[in-house]
Amino acid sequence: MSVNRAQRVDLDVVTDLIPPNARVLDVGSGDGVLLELLQETKHIDGRGLELSQRGVNECVARGLSVIQGDADTDLKFYPDKGFDFVVLSQTMQATRNPKVVLDELLRIGNRAIVSFPNFGHWRVRLSLFVKGRMPVTKDLPYSWYDTPNIHFCTIRDFVNLCEELGATVEKATALDANGQKIGLSMPWWFWNFFGQQAVFLLKR
Amino acid sequence: MAAQRAARTKDEADHPSSPVLQFGPDKPLKLDAGTLLSPFQIAYQTYGALNAARSNAILVCHALTGDQHVANTNPVTGKPGWWEVLIGPGKIIDTNRFFVICANVIGGCLGSTGPASTNPATGKPYGLELPVITIRDMVRAQAMLVDHFGIDQLFCVLGGSMGGMQVLEWAASHSERVFCALPIATGARHSSQNIAFHEVGRQAVMADPDWHGGKYLDFGKRPEKGLAVARMAAHITYLSEAALHRKFGRNLQDREALTFGFDADFQIESYLRHQGMTFVDRFDANSYLYLTRAMDYFDLAADHGGRLADAFAGTKTRFCLVSFTSDWLFPTEESRSIVHALNAAGASVSFVEIETDRGHDAFLLDEPELFAAINGFIGSAARARGLGA
Repeated sequence: MSVNRAQRVDLDVVTDLIPPNARVLDVGSGDGVLLELLQETKHIDGRGLELSQRGVNECVARGLSVIQGDADTDLKFYPDKGFDFVVLSQTMQATRNPKVVLDELLRIGNRAIVSFPNFGHWRVRLSLFVKGRMPVTKDLPYSWYDTPNIHFCTIRDFVNLCEELGATVEKATALDANGQKIGLSMPWWFWNFFGQQAVFLLKR
Repeated sequence: MAAQRAARTKDEADHPSSPVLQFGPDKPLKLDAGTLLSPFQIAYQTYGALNAARSNAILVCHALTGDQHVANTNPVTGKPGWWEVLIGPGKIIDTNRFFVICANVIGGCLGSTGPASTNPATGKPYGLELPVITIRDMVRAQAMLVDHFGIDQLFCVLGGSMGGMQVLEWAASHSERVFCALPIATGARHSSQNIAFHEVGRQAVMADPDWHGGKYLDFGKRPEKGLAVARMAAHITYLSEAALHRKFGRNLQDREALTFGFDADFQIESYLRHQGMTFVDRFDANSYLYLTRAMDYFDLAADHGGRLADAFAGTKTRFCLVSFTSDWLFPTEESRSIVHALNAAGASVSFVEIETDRGHDAFLLDEPELFAAINGFIGSAARARGLGA
């Protein structure tokens, strides 16, 4: 996982989107925090795919069903529509080919849930605009040269990618800097400006 | 002395120091070779107690040169059971909680019917008259033993190396009878390199004049030199270059300088000779031929139309695979291809690769990360199976 653990307010939003007893694949499951949460609260049949061997070994030791693998190369081994939900939580920006990964998510799951930090947030814009520096915030704590996050996007960018892939946005949530949901009635530009994180529920 | 050891080999094959289940002419073992083995027997050990629901049984499958004495002092060698670090009262596989079964494989030499067993048709040891045995034959026999205990579904089947092959075969051919499966340091087929090493071992046995075309027991002999060489070659494949160098380096054995001869100058030579010698004490050479052959013949994908995922189609078994970074006999890629097949079959699968320089044999050693993975996997499976904490 490539983002500060304390900032994972998106986990509650993801959890709310998943009904009880669903079959869920968590891509980039890290140390298993989301899978464990979903198992406790929703009794899901959960699986995980995680890049770091340390994360995998921790998950398995905690009784979670996780394998070591790379979202960029290993999703092709999963059958079509094998899961009710495939979750990509704070991982998309660390993949080499987000478009291919998203395409695979939509193939493997009946629905895909994607959460990511919004690079269109005003603090990010301000940092670039005023300081002329790549932003380092509590949400995105890495410097440009050591960040695992290689493919940032804004909420607007992501909506465009969804359209390109023929995915329908069934639900979208933006969280502000305090982890509060931004009102549904607000327009995209407002979300894109004030949303620090976004969670999308997609179907194709 | 050699005659004495030959007599002991025969005796241990027919009358082992563990419980034996005999199958008469009414219950033959169907072999992949196309014949029936009958009568035959299985020697086994059990630990702990079967619960009333018969739902807490764990079958442990042993590796090439293992045996049924997984968690008790070995009656032949006097050494601790080969997986006593893992299995026993209060251990990771807690025999206060689980009913653990371990059986000598068919083709083995510690009491299950094998080449050293007496052929009832001739009154002499089978030798090479025993049909070639496969991994699937071993598993078929184990299933008959499990039937004998009145167990419909095993809670867990686990094992490493050749034991792992049996676990995979169990999961493929008896999936409804396996709640969870734990194949360790293994593969769904034997690679060309692995077959090659086995062939070296077999040729060493057969080149020994004491082998007598496989009929050595009839002559009161055993091809000990050949079998020792086979073991020495195989033993190298169970370790890693790094571990060997760490342990032995170029250190000399009980001497200050090279002797300019062919004595065991180096510690590694002395170590391998010792490994070879202790092995022939406890193992039958023909068994070694049969069991290496069984591993060579194993190809789970080929048994299912060439597609490994089809071996696991519709499986409800929960899987956990484990590999070791320095294992060059069954490298991580072998486990990974099984994981991909299980994913394609929609199976529940965990996969842990453990970093160690101890090579293939790491599965038999005290590896904390291995134990943590087994503990986590068995624990969550036990909760899912309603076996309590």
